[in-house]
Amino acid sequence: MTGHAGILRHAIQRLLGVIPTLLVLVTIAFFLIRVAPGGPFDAEKALPAEIQANLNVKYHLDEPLVQQYLRYLGQILTFDFGPSFQYKDWTVNELIGEGFPVSLTVGGLAMLLAFVVGTVIGVTAALRQNTAVDYGSMGFAMLGISIPNFVIAPLLILLFAVFLGWLPAGGWDWSLNRMVLPVITLALPVIAYVARLTRGSMIEVLHSNFIRTARAKGLPERAVILQHALKPALLPVISFMGPATAGLITGSVIVERIYAIPGLGSYFVQGALNRDYTLVMGVVIFYGLLIILLNFTVDMLYAWLNPKIRYDEKR
Amino acid sequence: MAMLEVRNLQVGFDTPEGEVQAVRGIDFDLEAGDALAIVGESGSGKTQSMLALMGLLAENGHASGEARFRGRDLMKLSPGELNQYRGAKIAMIFQDPMTSLNPYLNIEKQMIEVVMHHQGLDRREARAHAIEMLRAVRIPDPEQRIRQYPHEYSGGMRQRVMVAMGLLCEPDILIADEPTTALDVTVQAQINQLMAELRRSSNTAIVLITHDLGVVAGLCDRVLVVYAGRVVEYGTVEQIYYQPRHPYTRGLLASVPRLDAVRGAGLNAIPGNPPNLLDLPAGCSFRQRCAEAFEACGEEPALRDLGDGHLSRCHLEPEQ
Ligand SMILES: Nc1ncnc2c1ncn2[C@@H]1O[C@H](COP(=O)(O)OP(=O)(O)OP(=O)(O)O)[C@@H](O)[C@H]1O
Ligand code: SF4
Ligand SMILES: [Mg+2]
Repeated sequence: MTGHAGILRHAIQRLLGVIPTLLVLVTIAFFLIRVAPGGPFDAEKALPAEIQANLNVKYHLDEPLVQQYLRYLGQILTFDFGPSFQYKDWTVNELIGEGFPVSLTVGGLAMLLAFVVGTVIGVTAALRQNTAVDYGSMGFAMLGISIPNFVIAPLLILLFAVFLGWLPAGGWDWSLNRMVLPVITLALPVIAYVARLTRGSMIEVLHSNFIRTARAKGLPERAVILQHALKPALLPVISFMGPATAGLITGSVIVERIYAIPGLGSYFVQGALNRDYTLVMGVVIFYGLLIILLNFTVDMLYAWLNPKIRYDEKR
Repeated sequence: MAMLEVRNLQVGFDTPEGEVQAVRGIDFDLEAGDALAIVGESGSGKTQSMLALMGLLAENGHASGEARFRGRDLMKLSPGELNQYRGAKIAMIFQDPMTSLNPYLNIEKQMIEVVMHHQGLDRREARAHAIEMLRAVRIPDPEQRIRQYPHEYSGGMRQRVMVAMGLLCEPDILIADEPTTALDVTVQAQINQLMAELRRSSNTAIVLITHDLGVVAGLCDRVLVVYAGRVVEYGTVEQIYYQPRHPYTRGLLASVPRLDAVRGAGLNAIPGNPPNLLDLPAGCSFRQRCAEAFEACGEEPALRDLGDGHLSRCHLEPEQ
């Protein structure tokens, strides 16, 4: 009936909202990095003034800032982030193409792990409310949320790489072995948060009248939970996927450094240290776009799962 | 032996302030095809006593007593065993139609799961049966509407869906907890008429919980008046309406314009408030509000038989 029109209009509305968001993102990224002290060719000391000037001309750094900005805007409209200032012979697009698959693998696995394990823990805790299982898992979750990545990583390395010798301490060769620790490091805080979120929403849903109705029908408890309670309980968790991705990306910058993983986060840190303007902006915009698209997808998923939004013409 | 025999049903809730004694001993019998009304002010324990029978109390609640359905004590069944009765033999319609259906599932799913589970019908048969029930409760265009979600239904239609859902398995008992309170007068009348028809056609016993004594006369043949978790008077509709004996029942009746079912009218007409269930006063629990209270009322009166099955819990009645 009206359902598809409703969700379509919702989608278009959201997509239109993406454009100004992106523009703001690009603008902030552009000016923020220019404001930071230093320039891209400062590190290469003893560079003759002449060459420095030539480089500046080549990369348009001699133009007024506004002109550079407009030039950059025009450039990224074609998804061209320009050449890297530091990695000679590399464009930013090529660097993203190198680093992103690595980051995506680690981040994607972490995301998957976090949501599966997090919801399972959360639901279990909710169903065993106020038992040892509940207190245990929520205590663990509290810990997971409060300990930052850069503390978890060395602890895991110490335990699994140094003492037990089960896993390599870092490096990257696309083997599962080397993925385990970084993925866990990234996932742990998210697992913890998702577990708490799921527990809370599951408990709330279990107290609702429609769950009492489901029980009054004589359905087995399993059906009450899986068919009646799970979907509404997971809705807040699904909306958390957007912020979780943003968190994972931030976390990956640190985690990739610690585990020496050649992902986009590592490039980003290098770029920032070297004032590699184009690389930093490229990564920021790329990740920004990714987060926006993910939020959009999550939003659509949410709308699709929630019949009130899916079918409501007036929204 | 009656189909359902409830004996000394008690419900308490643990709260930080102490134990709320919500139900303090309710007894009644129900035969097939009976229609019993449970009336009383808000908070008198009507809903909780029925939830206790169904094993649906909140986590902080606990129940004791007996509820023998065809000889088996529901209160002693494991959750798995109870599930063979709930929805199949005893169905319950809840007070709030707006929140009692699952907003995330369409009506079809919520209806067919009942028959698929209890009667082992396949999806197609279950759907056909559900559509038939929706038609019986006069949902227009049920083939189409069954695919819709609760928020696409009005309050009255949702309650009719609840009635249809409750009757899917042709239960022996339908407990209807103020099924029409939230609805407008014409819808109220329709739903009441519907229950009366179903009672006649399928011999389903009905327990109707209500504030509204006006509705009781049309639908029920016996009335249980509860106050502060206890039965204070019990009798046929005629006895309760024409020879009410307990001062509380008389107060209730006085506050209802006769033969006028306008809701919201009355019930507060009895001055004062029900006692605090956390800290019940000694003696008759109605004493603080009773115009006829006298010395003897400092002691709890017993439920006295006035003849013809008419019972009243009041010291005004002669002791046997
Ligand atoms: N989970 C709970 N914890 C503590 N007290 C409760 C709980 N549930 C119900 N009660 C109390 O039990 C008493 C009886 O409640 P009940 O729902 O049976 O009233 P009722 O007769 O159905 O009233 P109404 O006509 O307003 O529906 C009330 O005082 C209520 O506050
Ligand atoms: S026992 Fe006394 S106080 Fe209670 S209802 Fe009867 S007369 Fe009133
Ligand atoms: Mg109630």
